Amino acid sequence: MTKAARTSPRSFTDRSPVARSYRRFLAKASLTMFAVIIISAYLMPLVYMVTTSFQQPSQISTPGAPPYPATPKTGTYEGQEYPIYTVPIDGVSRQLMLVEAGRESSVFVDPADPTATKIEWQGRWRTLEQSWQFSPLIDNYTTVWNQLNFPRLLRNTAGIAILSTIGAVLSSIVVAYGFARFRFPGRNVFFFILLGTIILPNQVTLLPQYVIFTWLGWNGTWLPLIIPHFFANAFNVFLLRQYFMTIPREMDEAAMIDGAGPFRILRSVIIPQSIPAITAVTLFHFFFAWNDFFVPLLYLANKPDLQPLSIGIQQYNALYASQPTLIQASAVLAMAVPVFIFFLAQRAFMRGVVVTGLDK
Amino acid sequence: MTESSQALPVTPRPRRSRWKLRPSTREALWGYVFIGPWLIGLILFTAGPIIASLVMSLTDFDLLHADQTRFIGLDNYIRLTTDPLVATALISTFKFALIIIPVTMLASLGFALLLNHPKLPAKGPLRTLVYMPIMIPLVASTLVWTGFLNTETGWLNKIIQSFGISGPDWINSDLWIYPALTLMGLWGIGNFMIINIAGLQSVPTELYEAARIDGAGWWTSLRRITIPLMSPVLLYDLVITLIATFQYFTQAYTLTNGKGDPNNATLFINLELFREAFVFSRMGYGAAIAWLLFAIVLLLTLALFLFARKRVYYAGGNL
Repeated sequence: MTKAARTSPRSFTDRSPVARSYRRFLAKASLTMFAVIIISAYLMPLVYMVTTSFQQPSQISTPGAPPYPATPKTGTYEGQEYPIYTVPIDGVSRQLMLVEAGRESSVFVDPADPTATKIEWQGRWRTLEQSWQFSPLIDNYTTVWNQLNFPRLLRNTAGIAILSTIGAVLSSIVVAYGFARFRFPGRNVFFFILLGTIILPNQVTLLPQYVIFTWLGWNGTWLPLIIPHFFANAFNVFLLRQYFMTIPREMDEAAMIDGAGPFRILRSVIIPQSIPAITAVTLFHFFFAWNDFFVPLLYLANKPDLQPLSIGIQQYNALYASQPTLIQASAVLAMAVPVFIFFLAQRAFMRGVVVTGLDK
Repeated sequence: MTESSQALPVTPRPRRSRWKLRPSTREALWGYVFIGPWLIGLILFTAGPIIASLVMSLTDFDLLHADQTRFIGLDNYIRLTTDPLVATALISTFKFALIIIPVTMLASLGFALLLNHPKLPAKGPLRTLVYMPIMIPLVASTLVWTGFLNTETGWLNKIIQSFGISGPDWINSDLWIYPALTLMGLWGIGNFMIINIAGLQSVPTELYEAARIDGAGWWTSLRRITIPLMSPVLLYDLVITLIATFQYFTQAYTLTNGKGDPNNATLFINLELFREAFVFSRMGYGAAIAWLLFAIVLLLTLALFLFARKRVYYAGGNL
């Protein structure tokens, strides 16, 4: 009795503890169902992509074909292959081979017993449903792999992403440290300018940059995709600076008394204390570089040997747009690595997103 | 790196006289050293190009015939006002913005409310699943959606057909292309969902309890407590979405290989800029389009902030 009295005032309206827990379960179950249905719908194109990538090209345009990868079921009769249909005979649906197709009536044979008498069925065979069997096809992947020269695209993408990530992370750490720990004239003005460059659309600086890089002879190389990242990125600096500010200054001072210089403090105090934020920045930049399209398109559109995945896949699509099975296989290949890394590192990554979203 | 510490015992005089610098000056110098990479980058890749781009927009600069460049004053800007393609591109961009911004704002808030619900189990994995499409390269996700929305073979129209209605021609109709691109855009809301969840979690729970005692339902709590207290986060979402919409490029380019089909409906302003500058090599004119784009985004952002001044509630006091 005392126990019941101590629980929330809501319990007075409920008839019994059993009814209450049952109702609570029902609410939870329906909410979960709702969430699962919404998210399934949200991710449905992914299912479409994966199933299409395993299909035969002809299946997509065949009316009545199942959504999963499948080939028409066939049976052998007198040494020849015939398609199998579902035929309603005397109220029973039977799986029969279509041996002779006629306008108003057709001849069928039971694939299980080909020696039995032929069955003549009255009706239009075109209205019948064809039988399919599940058979995923790997050919699309091998075709795309070879036509795209996928290993080369993968090597290029990884090379660009890794090099530019190294530059972006190292330079951003150094610059964020400067903003977080040193007092110098104009610091606030510079920091304000830094934040301003986040809002500045890249189109404004794009054309002169393109001209400069072209004059330097960097057009058609990886350099425009990598070198600018060695000069710190406003977004990363902002995130790291916010994090560095949370590290107590006493730790720096203790190291300073032990005779450590600014670089030593950065290496032995700040960096070890900021591994979560640095991981987040590394992942952010890596994914950005991996998926970037615009800048590689500008500088590498005519250099198939140096192109990353995003450009290779787009150009492939422009050529094979009429072949959805190949296109979807290429899309699966393009997303495989980033999605895999994301699931490995998703804890660190999601935390990074939250850190960025707050304290703005 | 550790020079000063190693040199200390050898120097006969105290540190200050050796450097002949006051500690505050030394600190400032170190500060400049550390922000140096960014400062150099700012000059080389941002400030310099901004000025160059302004100058460029006043010329008929063309990279292939750089020696014939002439100063033409405001001609590029005057041409902007009469260029039918620029007008089309702006109209397309505004039309698209009017659809995609509200839809993605509502969807990211809806997902945040759902996946932050106290009664929902397994929140972590479910959030990860909604976030995941962000990891898919835009080119790949555009290809997936193009297939999914295909009139004859795509699943969406097959599902619609099972209800006895024939689905629209999503990709090739200049009316349905915007809803189609908006559906694609839903795969990009993961970041906003996570940021909204963080915003939701910062709302004090006592407020909800007080509201419930006062008899407020779910909708009233949402309108009177959640939305006002989350308004700074929502403003952030809105500004970022707006900027991103005006820079929309990859999906439009992938969809039609940069042609802007159907009927110039996907010739968004950024794609038009790309075509003028890099396909037709009219760099001066391209720079003028870039400045037009910048001016529009800046004006809209300022308008948003002005609009938000009275409507956004900052728990930590107004800025």
